[in-house]
Amino acid sequence: MALLETSKYSQGSVFGNVNPDLASERQTASFCVEKLTALLDGGAEQTRIRRAVVEAIQSDPVFSSENQYFQTQNERYEAAVRKAVHLQKKMHEMGWTENGPEYKYIYRALSGDVAFLLHRVFMRSISVLGSDKQIAKWIPLATQLRLIGSYAQTELGHGTYLQGLETTAIFDIATQEFILNTPKISAMKWWPGDMGRSATHTVVFAQLYIHGKCYGIHPFIVQIRSLQDHSLCPGITAGDIGPKMNFEAIDNGYLMLKNVRIPRENMLSKFCEVRPDGTYVRQGSQKINYFTMTAVRISLISDEVLTPLMKACTIAIRYSVVRRQSKLKPGEQEAKILDYQTQQEKLLPQLAAAYAFHFINNYLQELFDRGYREIQRKNFDMLPELHALSSGFKAVITHQGTAAVEICLRACGGHGYSLLSGLPSLYTKILASCIYEGENTILLLQTARFLIKCFMAASAGQPVPPSVTYLAAVKPGKCPAKNKSDFLSPDIYTEAYQHVAVRLISSTAAKLQDLIQSGAKKYDAWNQCTVQLVQAAKAHCHYITVKNFAETVEKLETKAGIQRIMKHLCDLFALHGIFSNTGAFLHDGYISAAQMDMVTASYLDLLAVIRKDAVPLVDAFDFTDKSLNSALGSYDGQVYQRLYEWAQKSPTNKMSPAYERYLKPLLHNALSKL
Amino acid sequence: MVMKLREYGIADPEEIFWFKRTCTGNVPEPLGLHFSMFQKTIETQTTAAQKEKWLPLARGVKIIGTYAQTELGHGTHLRGLETTATYDPATQEFILNSPTVTSIKWWPGGLGKTSNHAIVLAQLYTQGQCKGLHAFIVPIRQLGTHEPLPGITVGDIGPKFGYDEMDNGYLKMDNFRIPRENMLMKYAQVEPDGTYVKPVSDKLTYGTMVFIRSLIVGDSARSLSRACTIAIRYSAVRHQSELKPGEPEPQILDYQTQQYKLFPLLATAYAFHFVGAYIKDTYHRISGDINEGDLSELPELHALTAGLKAFTSWTANAGIEECRMACGGHGYSRCSGIPDIYVTFTPSCTYEGENTVMMLQTARFLVKSYTQVSSGQRVTGMVSYLNDLSRQRIQPQHVAARTVTVRINDPVSLVEAYKARAARLVEAAAKNLQAELNHRKSKEDAWNRTSVDLVRASEAHCHYVVVKLFAAKLSEVSNAAVRAVLTDLCLLYALFGISKNTGDFLQAGILTSAQITQVNQHVKELLAVIRPNAVALVDSFDFHDVHLGSVLGRYDGNVYENMFEWAKKSPLNKTQVHESFHKHLKPMQAKL
Repeated sequence: MALLETSKYSQGSVFGNVNPDLASERQTASFCVEKLTALLDGGAEQTRIRRAVVEAIQSDPVFSSENQYFQTQNERYEAAVRKAVHLQKKMHEMGWTENGPEYKYIYRALSGDVAFLLHRVFMRSISVLGSDKQIAKWIPLATQLRLIGSYAQTELGHGTYLQGLETTAIFDIATQEFILNTPKISAMKWWPGDMGRSATHTVVFAQLYIHGKCYGIHPFIVQIRSLQDHSLCPGITAGDIGPKMNFEAIDNGYLMLKNVRIPRENMLSKFCEVRPDGTYVRQGSQKINYFTMTAVRISLISDEVLTPLMKACTIAIRYSVVRRQSKLKPGEQEAKILDYQTQQEKLLPQLAAAYAFHFINNYLQELFDRGYREIQRKNFDMLPELHALSSGFKAVITHQGTAAVEICLRACGGHGYSLLSGLPSLYTKILASCIYEGENTILLLQTARFLIKCFMAASAGQPVPPSVTYLAAVKPGKCPAKNKSDFLSPDIYTEAYQHVAVRLISSTAAKLQDLIQSGAKKYDAWNQCTVQLVQAAKAHCHYITVKNFAETVEKLETKAGIQRIMKHLCDLFALHGIFSNTGAFLHDGYISAAQMDMVTASYLDLLAVIRKDAVPLVDAFDFTDKSLNSALGSYDGQVYQRLYEWAQKSPTNKMSPAYERYLKPLLHNALSKL
Repeated sequence: MVMKLREYGIADPEEIFWFKRTCTGNVPEPLGLHFSMFQKTIETQTTAAQKEKWLPLARGVKIIGTYAQTELGHGTHLRGLETTATYDPATQEFILNSPTVTSIKWWPGGLGKTSNHAIVLAQLYTQGQCKGLHAFIVPIRQLGTHEPLPGITVGDIGPKFGYDEMDNGYLKMDNFRIPRENMLMKYAQVEPDGTYVKPVSDKLTYGTMVFIRSLIVGDSARSLSRACTIAIRYSAVRHQSELKPGEPEPQILDYQTQQYKLFPLLATAYAFHFVGAYIKDTYHRISGDINEGDLSELPELHALTAGLKAFTSWTANAGIEECRMACGGHGYSRCSGIPDIYVTFTPSCTYEGENTVMMLQTARFLVKSYTQVSSGQRVTGMVSYLNDLSRQRIQPQHVAARTVTVRINDPVSLVEAYKARAARLVEAAAKNLQAELNHRKSKEDAWNRTSVDLVRASEAHCHYVVVKLFAAKLSEVSNAAVRAVLTDLCLLYALFGISKNTGDFLQAGILTSAQITQVNQHVKELLAVIRPNAVALVDSFDFHDVHLGSVLGRYDGNVYENMFEWAKKSPLNKTQVHESFHKHLKPMQAKL
C-alpha cells in the first residue's frame, strides 16, 4: 500500500535526483505522510500557514543561515542583530502581528538564530509584574523597539535559588530614588541574553531595602546604555560573558551596578509598591508569578526541545538509509545501516520519544489554557498541579530530548561530528535547556514535593488533583501478561508504569516518615531522600507520558494508516522505557523474569516493524532543507556530494599562514625531493 | 614543540605522548597523527630497507605524515574501502585512484593543510586480481613549496564539533603514481613482476589497533578525571539554596543529589585509570610474545581492548556531560573548560572503531568462547568464568545458592556478582543467537537479529573486567589510608553499577529485591563517607591549572573573580560599542 503523495512541499535538489536509497524508502510508506503532518500541526490549515511563513522567511536572503557554520562569534552576533532588525520590517510587510496565527512559526523558520529574544521576556515581565501605569509607559516604547530590553535575574554566584541573589536596591526617601549596587563580585548579573552588547534597558532583580530593612527580591527597570550613542550609562559596567557551547549569536552579558539611581516609579509594582514615604505595600496575589514560570517552561518544550529533537531524528534517519556499511548477507551490496538492529535500537526509540513528547506537549498546553481561564476567574486551584507538572515535564523532556539528540549525533558515525551535519549545533543548543528556566534536579524535587503531598492527602482520603488520583487507588498485584503479544496492549503497559510510579512515591514517602519519626529534622530527612525523590518524580512523568500517548492513539481516526503507525510508536515508546529500566519493574516482582524476556522480544520485534516507515515518519515533521541546514539530512539524500561541496567553503581552505610561518622553517633543511 | 623534541632527542611514542601532553595540554594538534599513526606504522609495518629510508625522516620531522584510511562513504568496515592501487609492472609503480565520490579519503587529522605525506590504505590490484587492503606511503605535497602534487586534490573538511586546531582533511587521487617500494612490505609483498606474496598471519595488523585503542582507554580515564576535578572543586566553591532554615547557603557538594551525580564518576575515573594501566602492561607483555611469533594471546587482547575501548569511552563521554551539567549554567560557558574536554573526547566513541561495532567484536569472541565451553573445552583468561556455566548445568541449585552469598561490603564478593551477570548475559545472547540460527538460513541475519543482546553481553563482560581489575588493585596498595579510600571508591563503583542495572541482577536471581534495597542504601552511605575526601581525591589526579584550562576548576578556587577577567577578553568586548550598533541598531532607531 503506497500512500505517498507528492508533497507540495517536496524540495528540489541541486544535485538533480533524490538518492535512490532514500526514494525507495518513500515508496513503501504504510500511511499518508501529508495527513500525519496535518495531525502534528493541529490541522491542514495550520500546516498551510506554517509553510507560508517558512517560505516567506527562507526565501529572503537576509535570513539565510547558509554560511553559519563558518562564522565567528562576532559574525554570528552581527547576523542575528541584522535579522532581528529586518524581521520588524518583514512582519510589517507581511501583515504579521504578535497575536496573529503566523507569529509562532517565525521562530521555527529562523531556527532561533535571531537577536532580541530577551526583549520579549522584558516585555512580558513588565506586562505581568508592572502596574497599569507602567505598562502604559513602557510597552509601547518596547513594541516599537525604541529601546531594547533584557531580563537580569541570575548572578555570577546565584542561579535557581532566587532568595540568594545579592544585588541591592536601597530606597532613598530624600530623592525618591532607588540606589542599585552590586556589592561583591558574586553579585554581578551574569548570563542574561542580549545584555552584553545590545540592550539599552533591563529588568534587574534585587533585594529591596527601606530604612535598613530587607524586603526581599523585587524587579526594577534600569537603563544601562544611552539611547543616543549606545555608550554605557554612568555607574554601569556591562559586557559579553565570552564564548559558550552554542548561542554564538546571542550576547549573553554581565552587569555591575555602582550607585545607580533610578526613580521610584521604576520598581515594577503590580504586587508590591513602595510609597513616597517609604511605606511598603503588598497587593494582590503573588501566585501569579508561578504562572509566568509555568508558561515559560511549557512554551520552551515546543520551541527548544521538540524542534531540535525532530530535526535530529530527521537527519540521523535519512542518513542511515543512505549510508551503507558492511554486508548483512554475503555477496550482496553493503547494507543500509538502518537495517542493523543496533542502529534501529539507537534511533527508533528517539523517534517514538519525539512523537510521545509532541502529544504530551499538547496535553500540557491544554491543561495550561484551562488553568489560564480559571485564573482569569480568580480561581487559583489548578496552580499547584500545573506548577508541578510543568516543572517535572520541563526536566524530563529536556533531559531525554538532549540525550536523544546526542544519540542521533553519535549514530551518524564520524560525519555526525562535522558541523556540516547540523547535529553538533542542535545538541549544544538543546542541552542548554536542561539548565535554564530552572535546573532540572531542582525542578524534579519540586514535582516530588507535590507528589508526596498528594500521596499523603490521598492516603488520608482527601481529594487530589486529577493527574494524581491514581495514587489513591493503589492496587497490589502482578502483571497479567501471558505472552509477548500481551505487552502490545496499552492497558498492560500503562498499568505497569502506574504500578512503578506508585511504588516509588509510596516507598519514598514511607522512608521520609521513618526518618522523621526516628528523630531526623525535616530538612535532613528530605536531603537524605532526594535521590529517591528524583526517581519518583521521573516515574510519575513517564507514566503520564505513556498514558497520554495511549489515550491519544485511541482517539485518532483509523483511516490513512495513521492510527496503526502511531500505535506502534506508542508501544515502542512504552516498551523501550521498560527495557531500559528493567530493575524498576522487576523490583517487587510486578513483572517476572520470564515476562521481562517477553518485553524484550516484543520490543525488538517492533523495531523491525517501525523500520519500514522510519523515513516517512521523519518526512512528516516537514522540515525544509534550509531549516535542517544539514549536509547529511537533506530531502534528496545526496549526502556525499553535499559534504564535499560544503567543505570547499571552509575558511581553512584559503591558504593558511601556518605553513609559511611554522611548517616551512620546520621542513626547511629537508630534502627537496625524495 | 617539534623543535624541542629534536633537541631532546625524544623518539619513543610513549615519551612523545607525555612530552606533548605537557606542551599542549589535551588540545589536539595537526602533527598528532604524524607521531601516533604515521611514525608508528612505519616502525611496525616496513621492511628493514624501508625503515632505514623513512624512519629517520619521520622521526626528525623532515617529512610530515598522516594516516589516511577512512573514506567519505566508508568507515569502520575496512573491506568496503574503494581507493585502488593498481600495480604497473612496466614502470614498477602503483597507480592510485579515487574512483568515486564516496572513495575520497575524509577525516584524517593533519591531512588538510599540514602533511606532505600520507600512509594511504587502498585495495591492491596486481595481475588483474584484487588482493585486499594494503598500506602505501604517498607523497601529497611538493617539498619546498607545499603545493599539492599533480594528480592530488587535498583540503580541509570544514568545521567540526571541536578539534578546531586540527586540519582534518580530504584527499582525492587521480592516476597518481608511486614507486613499488612505497608499499609497506613487512608482511605482504608485491614482487617487481607483480607476483603477490601473502602475509604469514593477518592477525599481525591488529597490533597497531590494539595499541591505539589501549591509548583511548587511558584517555577515557584522563578526560573523565579532568572533568571530575573541575566539577568537584567548583561544587565546593559554589553555594546554593538552604539545607537548614536560617543557615547560610551550603556548598552544593553537600547535597545528596550532587554527590550522587559526581562521586560515582570520580570512582569511575579511578577505575578506568587502573584499567588503562592494565591494558598497556598487557599490550607490552604480549607485544614481546608477538615479536617471537607467539600469537596465541592476541585474539583475546584484541577482543578485550575493542570492548573496553567502547565501554570506557561511552561511560566517560556521558560522565563528562554529567560533570558539566552538575556545574549548572557556568558549566555551559567555555570558561568552565568542560565543553572543550567534551568535544575533544567525544569523537573517540567513533574513531578507531565505532563503539557498537567494537562491542560486537567482543561479543563475537565471547560467543566463540561460550561455544567452546559448551562443546566441553575449557577457556582461559578473562572469559574463564564461562567454564562455570557448564558446572552450573549439572548443579542447577548453584545459582540459587549464590544469591545469599553476595556480601555487599566486600569488593571480592561483588566481583563474583558481576561475573555471574556477565555469564548469564553471554549465555542468554548465545542461546538467542542459536534460536535465530535454527529459524533462519543466514548466519548474518541471525547475528543481526541478536545484536542488541550481544552488545548487552559485551557491556556486562567489560563491566565485570573493570570491577575485577579495580578490586584486584586494592591489595597492591601498601599505604593503609590510601587503600581505605580506594576501597570506598571501589565499593561505590561496584554498587552504583548494580543500582543502575538492577534489572540484570534481579532477573538472573543474583540479588534479591531486599539486597537491591540494601545496595541503594549503601551507595548513599558511601557518598557521605567519600564527601570529606572528595577534593583531595581530585587533587591527587595532579592536573596543573594550565592543563585543566578551567576557570571553575582552579586549584585556588577563586572562581568568580577570574570568570570576570576571562569574560573581558571576549571578542565582542573589543570595543565598548559594538559595530553592529552603528550598522543595524542606529539606523533602525533613527527610522522610528
